[in-house]
Amino acid sequence: MKHVLAVLVEDKPGVLTRVAGLFSRRGFNIDNLAVGETITPGISRMTITVDGSETIVEQVVKQLNKLINVIKVSNLSEEPSVMRELMLIKVNAEVGNRSDIQQVVETFRGKVIDVSPDSMIIEITGNEEKMEAIKLLLQHFGIKEIVRTGKIALLRGSQITKEI
Amino acid sequence: MKKKMTKGSAIILYALKEEGVEIVFGYPGGAVLPLYDRLFDSSIKHLLVRHEQAAVHAADGYARVTGRPGVVFATSGPGATNLVTGITNAFMDSVPLVLITGQVPSAFIGTDAFQEADITGITMPVTKHSYLVKNAEQLSGILAEAFYIASTGRRGPVLVDVPKDVFDQEAPYFYNIKCEIPGYNPTYNGHLGQISRAVKAIRDAKRPVIFGGGGLIRSAASGVLREFAEKARIPVILSLMGLGAYPGDRDLFLGMPGMHGSITANYALSEADLIIGTGVRFDDRVTGKLESFANNAKIIHIDIDPAEIGKNVKIDIPIVGDVRIVLEALLQKLKPGHTNDWLTQIENWQKQNPMSGGLKSSGRAIKPQFVIRELSRLSEEKTIVATDVGQHQMWTAQHFIIREPCAFLTSGGLGTMGYGFPAAIGAKLAAPESRVICITGDGSFQMNIQELATAVNNRLDMIIAVINNGFLGMVRQWQDMFYDKRYSHTALEGNPDFVLLAEAYGARGLRAKDEKEATEAIKQAMSEKGPVVIDFVVEPEENVYPMVAPNCPINDIIIGGDQS
Repeated sequence: MKHVLAVLVEDKPGVLTRVAGLFSRRGFNIDNLAVGETITPGISRMTITVDGSETIVEQVVKQLNKLINVIKVSNLSEEPSVMRELMLIKVNAEVGNRSDIQQVVETFRGKVIDVSPDSMIIEITGNEEKMEAIKLLLQHFGIKEIVRTGKIALLRGSQITKEI
Repeated sequence: MKKKMTKGSAIILYALKEEGVEIVFGYPGGAVLPLYDRLFDSSIKHLLVRHEQAAVHAADGYARVTGRPGVVFATSGPGATNLVTGITNAFMDSVPLVLITGQVPSAFIGTDAFQEADITGITMPVTKHSYLVKNAEQLSGILAEAFYIASTGRRGPVLVDVPKDVFDQEAPYFYNIKCEIPGYNPTYNGHLGQISRAVKAIRDAKRPVIFGGGGLIRSAASGVLREFAEKARIPVILSLMGLGAYPGDRDLFLGMPGMHGSITANYALSEADLIIGTGVRFDDRVTGKLESFANNAKIIHIDIDPAEIGKNVKIDIPIVGDVRIVLEALLQKLKPGHTNDWLTQIENWQKQNPMSGGLKSSGRAIKPQFVIRELSRLSEEKTIVATDVGQHQMWTAQHFIIREPCAFLTSGGLGTMGYGFPAAIGAKLAAPESRVICITGDGSFQMNIQELATAVNNRLDMIIAVINNGFLGMVRQWQDMFYDKRYSHTALEGNPDFVLLAEAYGARGLRAKDEKEATEAIKQAMSEKGPVVIDFVVEPEENVYPMVAPNCPINDIIIGGDQS
């Protein structure tokens, strides 16, 4: 099962290496990872998606907590939360099929952000299922390149993931 | 308040003073020249080793005996990389160390400069934490954190890498021993609800055992453990790392469990209905085949490291906390135990299966177990034993009676050959009044034999007992048992004459070829000053028994040699 972990870390040199190194050393797999600043200066938030059983994820959380620079680890999959990812897709586009592509993009509430004589770049935000669905539809036109940010997530409602 | 400006090198030495550091273990080099220059005028002692690895092991031995962090200095590049085995060893056995390495000057970092190595990167997986200091202003704060992290919670090594120019930079010195680190708050007091559940489980148990480890020693829990065990009448089993936490000669002590553990300890763990794990990590050498480990038992696990709980075996009652504090809390609620039937059963096992390997002399070479038993018999109460790794280590664990905590130093987790001798040096410096014996093998000794110079130069009274079988004995034993006796490269042909070698270094060298000579050599060594090497020429192909083959249930025991 996939688990999405919110990891609050001190913004210190090497902290990403420590977290990534821990996963490889203990044989855990990171599906994806996104890092960015929080509203508190000096504290960053990592969103890490891990695939594994309850026991494995429990070990991941405990081992992460042992890292001195890690302040808090929460498993967002255990509570109601919203998850989003951003994907940019460069797809083959000629004059003849541009409107077909436009239609797909509109259905998925995406945006065309660049057009050239033989290609377009599409921006799409959503959850994993939506990403896979649009990829499937656009494959028909020929996808040239894809880039994804990795998942980010927040708890629903007024609850927050606090530092301490 | 106006703060005086101080050089980085001086800040480090002030900080060490503040932390009560009396001795540093190290080896100088280019990148630490400014630090060593400052050390020249300092009242802090320095032990000059002959290889940086030995500096870490010596600091490790010192830390295990005193309970305070051992401090190491080494230079950049090879100086730092030579520390890695020692750091990993300390990490696996939860030993507090603060390692200060020199680094190439800040401006050269990342350029593959002469003697540059990314030591914080290299040691990231084997340190509790590490720092690369950017400027002298950071030094005071970082050192306070380093000592705090190393010596609290689950102990471990912390590395501080200091670029050469930072030693010469000036910054205000302020030292605040109390530091707050947002992501680091070890739990010391056990959860009250879990403690109540544990008390009930102990009260209901018919066949309880205490299984204790190195955590008992690190948290100074042996006193409360003894009260606890004797009030509740619960037998005690100690892992290799835990030996000494309960006196090895008391009735309730069943020995070490696992691969080369006592038969009684393994039977007791297998038949128990309650295992009270205290400061242990249920290592594979102890549990054997996990699926069949302690199938009949409920398990209480007390440990300061939450990640150890449930890592290897399923736990019924987890208690995160300091073992001593939790045992004290349990003791208060404990009723005297009624475990007579269980203790009778255990006594029967003990009578049927004494640890008797090597009792029958072959009449030819000395049995190695005999040497260990003689060393144990002739030693005073206050004796510290350090071992290397291999057969002699297991024989020492089986046959040397360890009576006190911090008196048995061994490389448990990493299994580092070459650990014992430098650790014994560190131990002697930590406890000059205690007798120190290093029990080693002809293979292990040669992995840090150069430290004879250190021991001689510092006139350290110690015995180095070389159990010399001319083999890499434990590996040979596995080749014997599992690889059709194909002794691929385990015969150590070309070994030096250890007596002559000792004398070449200026140490005393003795040799024993039969039992009588062995006893005499031990007695003589005990009356000598300075380091004495005794070369015990022992039966070359003696195996360690009892033995549980890897990944077998621990009650499936191979009994061999003269025990069968």
